[in-house]
Amino acid sequence: MNEVLTSDRPKARAGEAASAKKVVTLDETVVEIISDSGEGAQRCGQSLGAIAAKSGNGVWTVEIIPAEIQPPARSVAGASGNRIRIGSHRITNGGDEADLVVAFNEQVLLGRVRAGELKPGCIILLESMWRTNRNAAIAESYVSTHDQLVKAGYRVYEVPLELECRKLVKDPRKGKNMFVLGMLCSIYSLDLELGREQIAIAFGKKDHKVIESNTALLEAGFAWAEANLDLKYEIPGVPVTAPRMVMNGNTALALGVLASGMDICAMYPITPATSASHYLSDCFEKVGGIVHQAEDEISACAFAVGASYASKCTVTITSGPGLSLKQEAIGLAVMAEIPLVVINVQRGGPSTGQPTKPEQGDLFAAMFGSHGDAPKIIMATSTIEDCFYSVITARKLAETFNMVVVILSDANLATAQQPFPRPTFSEDWLAPPLDQAPVPAGARPYDWDPVTGLKRRFIPGQPGGMYTLTGLAHDRDSHVAYDPAVNEESHRSRSLKLAAFQRTLKPPAVFGDTEGDLLVVGWGSTKGAIEEAVTRLRAEGRKVGSIHLQFIQPMASGIKEIMQRYKKVMTVENNWSDDPKDEIINEDNRRYGQLAFILRSRFLIDIDCWTEDRARPIKPGTIVAALRAKLAQ
Amino acid sequence: MTLEATDCLVKLYEEHHNLEDYQGGVPRWCTGCGDSGILTAVQRLCRDNDLAPERTVFVSGIGCSSRLPHYMKTYGFHGIHGRALPVAEGIKLARPDLDVFVSTGDGDCCSIGAAHWIHAIRYNMNMVVMLHDNHVYGLTKKQASPTSPLGFKSNTTPRGSTLLPLNPLTVTLGVQNVSFVAQAVDWIPELLYEILAAAYKHKGLSFVRILQRCPQYLPKMFDPWLQDPQKSLILTHDRGVRPSAGLAKIYRNQQEHDPSDINRAREIASLEDPIPVGILYQNPDVPRYEELRNAGQLRTADYIKAGLEAEFDKFTIWPDGHDAPAA
Ligand SMILES: Cc1ncc(C[n+]2csc(CCOP(=O)(O)OP(=O)(O)O)c2C)c(N)n1
Ligand code: SF4
Repeated sequence: MNEVLTSDRPKARAGEAASAKKVVTLDETVVEIISDSGEGAQRCGQSLGAIAAKSGNGVWTVEIIPAEIQPPARSVAGASGNRIRIGSHRITNGGDEADLVVAFNEQVLLGRVRAGELKPGCIILLESMWRTNRNAAIAESYVSTHDQLVKAGYRVYEVPLELECRKLVKDPRKGKNMFVLGMLCSIYSLDLELGREQIAIAFGKKDHKVIESNTALLEAGFAWAEANLDLKYEIPGVPVTAPRMVMNGNTALALGVLASGMDICAMYPITPATSASHYLSDCFEKVGGIVHQAEDEISACAFAVGASYASKCTVTITSGPGLSLKQEAIGLAVMAEIPLVVINVQRGGPSTGQPTKPEQGDLFAAMFGSHGDAPKIIMATSTIEDCFYSVITARKLAETFNMVVVILSDANLATAQQPFPRPTFSEDWLAPPLDQAPVPAGARPYDWDPVTGLKRRFIPGQPGGMYTLTGLAHDRDSHVAYDPAVNEESHRSRSLKLAAFQRTLKPPAVFGDTEGDLLVVGWGSTKGAIEEAVTRLRAEGRKVGSIHLQFIQPMASGIKEIMQRYKKVMTVENNWSDDPKDEIINEDNRRYGQLAFILRSRFLIDIDCWTEDRARPIKPGTIVAALRAKLAQ
Repeated sequence: MTLEATDCLVKLYEEHHNLEDYQGGVPRWCTGCGDSGILTAVQRLCRDNDLAPERTVFVSGIGCSSRLPHYMKTYGFHGIHGRALPVAEGIKLARPDLDVFVSTGDGDCCSIGAAHWIHAIRYNMNMVVMLHDNHVYGLTKKQASPTSPLGFKSNTTPRGSTLLPLNPLTVTLGVQNVSFVAQAVDWIPELLYEILAAAYKHKGLSFVRILQRCPQYLPKMFDPWLQDPQKSLILTHDRGVRPSAGLAKIYRNQQEHDPSDINRAREIASLEDPIPVGILYQNPDVPRYEELRNAGQLRTADYIKAGLEAEFDKFTIWPDGHDAPAA
């Protein structure tokens, strides 16, 4: 640690400051920090998460992002910030309603109140400068909102953020966030030294003055809270014994690309996938990799297919609408049996849809989106750690089976941060060196194995392997062939590969009761929330369990047997399904959640679904209510 | 070891190729189709430059013209309609050591693939792009293409097409980073070959528009040029191409043109009668994307591991008492 940063600083540590406040020990808590965009609430939240993680706490952070870059100031829909759930144990999701909210103005706060994001009686720390605003309308809005909130039972503390920060910096808009971070360190008895470290990391690239002024703000916030607030909590952490990493899902995906040994990522910017490419652009080239930003997604995917054809497996990263544009090239890769990894960070809707909001809406598009029969492997990531390892697995599968592997992540995982054990590098992660050995005489480019459908791929540069890849129906020599038997043989071979891979899959592990009244089936980012809901219901004595599918295509054996051990089976998904209680909905026209649809058709079991599509991560409490209702049916 | 034996060994390892080494399947184009002449020219080009068939890739989209890779005995990639260029770029970025050729039709390149065409010029990757321009959609049986002449009666324009044709030469010459533009015609094999040979030698994206006859759907389209050599303006230069004495006697309408002069190139590109044949523009100094991006680096496991661990460090929380390694 740099001398400049540590000398002559108040050494305020947990419990050190002179306070006779009663310290309340919590098992876990949910904090939100919200502001207009550009006021730094996000950085404050991320820093709080990192400090808590370093203190040995379980952490999950959720970004609160408005769809616009610069929404009007003080607008209800403009809340920008972070939700941080901190626990004494491992935290796997963003939790239910917030216990404490720091708001930089009353309007963004109103947005969160209306969305039902605050617990009854939630503590609110509200910037008080608006009370005396020269604009009477603003002052009035503040006062009336404040009074309403107090009346509604929230514990509102007015905090003179602006006033206090102005004592230290000229432009408090740029510094309030670190003042708030200091306050939160005091409130949750976190080590201020970790806060200083975090500032050094966050502003590392800037000059010392910036670090110093932010550190001063941090300390001032801490001191202010110590002196003026009667809030003091402690969330005991478990001492960190092995190195862990904290990052969001998109960073983990990008690191997975690095670790998989792939050389090239071809992409076109689209939220929420882009941040993965941003980070990759920064770190990939340092190890000889290349991020190619193509002119559009069609080009990006065709580019990736071309690169894969001539070399190692390549990856393309996108979100929903981009996936649609890539489908033709994906179909070609399937037909020509070129390995390809497609990462789709799902979001809601077409055009710009709900670009910053989560939805598990692209399972069908991934599975059926290409023309004709296009068998490919589809896997879903369910934790941050999973985002990292999935890419390594996908690369390996793509090259072993000469297949397209689609990884489905989503906006929830993309921006959520969670600690996980630091991986230990293995050379097995990397793609083997390029095969440039001569092809044995008589070998053919599509010599499908009659049982597994597998064939060896010839790579340009290999003497004797010359063939012309084609998207047309082709025979074992890659010659265009329209005769019916050849067409069926090539279809069969491509399809068999999925079965060959399926034979290697183990049944998914059951969480909770291994038999009983209700089995929940999920996929993707809802894992933590589902398992938490199952845990809560079991604590009430209910017989429930859950499975979470990593591979949706192909699906492991044994799933049907697991389902048959429960009276009821239901999927929980963050996408659309018709509500059977709607007036004109009946069994003949009800549209199911995407996984439910697939499970029903595969297993011929009456699998129900409960889905929510509110453009936000599903809360465990909401799932508990849905499962209770299902159990009561 | 005797000298003869060494010679012998050298001979043994020295690949020498004949035309047959590049001849793949039997072409299935219509009789008289201009694509056959283009195929012959590229096969000659491969032989004369002794290209290793295993290090040569012919890429195409979809169309009659895009069948060309099937008739080569090199590696080939017959992909999807309009996307030959991105595929070729991916190949070249992954493997700068390979020789890449692209065959694309006027629909493939100038319509469905138009965005990729513009950007391929910008990337300026080292490859030869042959635009087989027959002014019509051949494979899908006679629809108007972006280069069809005004009034062209096709299956989608039974009363005649309503738009003026797009000029691929002027478009290409208008794009930043353009480095090589030429025009050839399938019915003058000598110049077609010379122009393609110059395109191959050029380092960067060589865009060669080849006027190509489609006797099936536009049988009379190029008759005026076939019948009257004066309607072709042969561009000559020491840094371009020069017709043989025999050819020069027939094609007497010639003009010295310095291919480094982009303004003159643009004027020539706009000519409708006579049409230019030869190299319009060449600039060997335009940077190539694969070089700008340092493509084709050797990446050892140790190299990747070191980079990865350094990234891990940025996100790692170390156990108490265990300090982060020095950054
Ligand atoms: C996505 C897609 N749209 C349409 C087609 C149908 N199609 C195939 S080739 C072609 C046009 C071919 O014309 P051109 O590129 O000029 O090549 P030519 O056949 O004349 O050589 C079309 C429209 C296709 N294969 N794929
Ligand atoms: S339709 Fe025209 S372009 Fe196609 S093969 Fe026949 S002559 Fe050639």
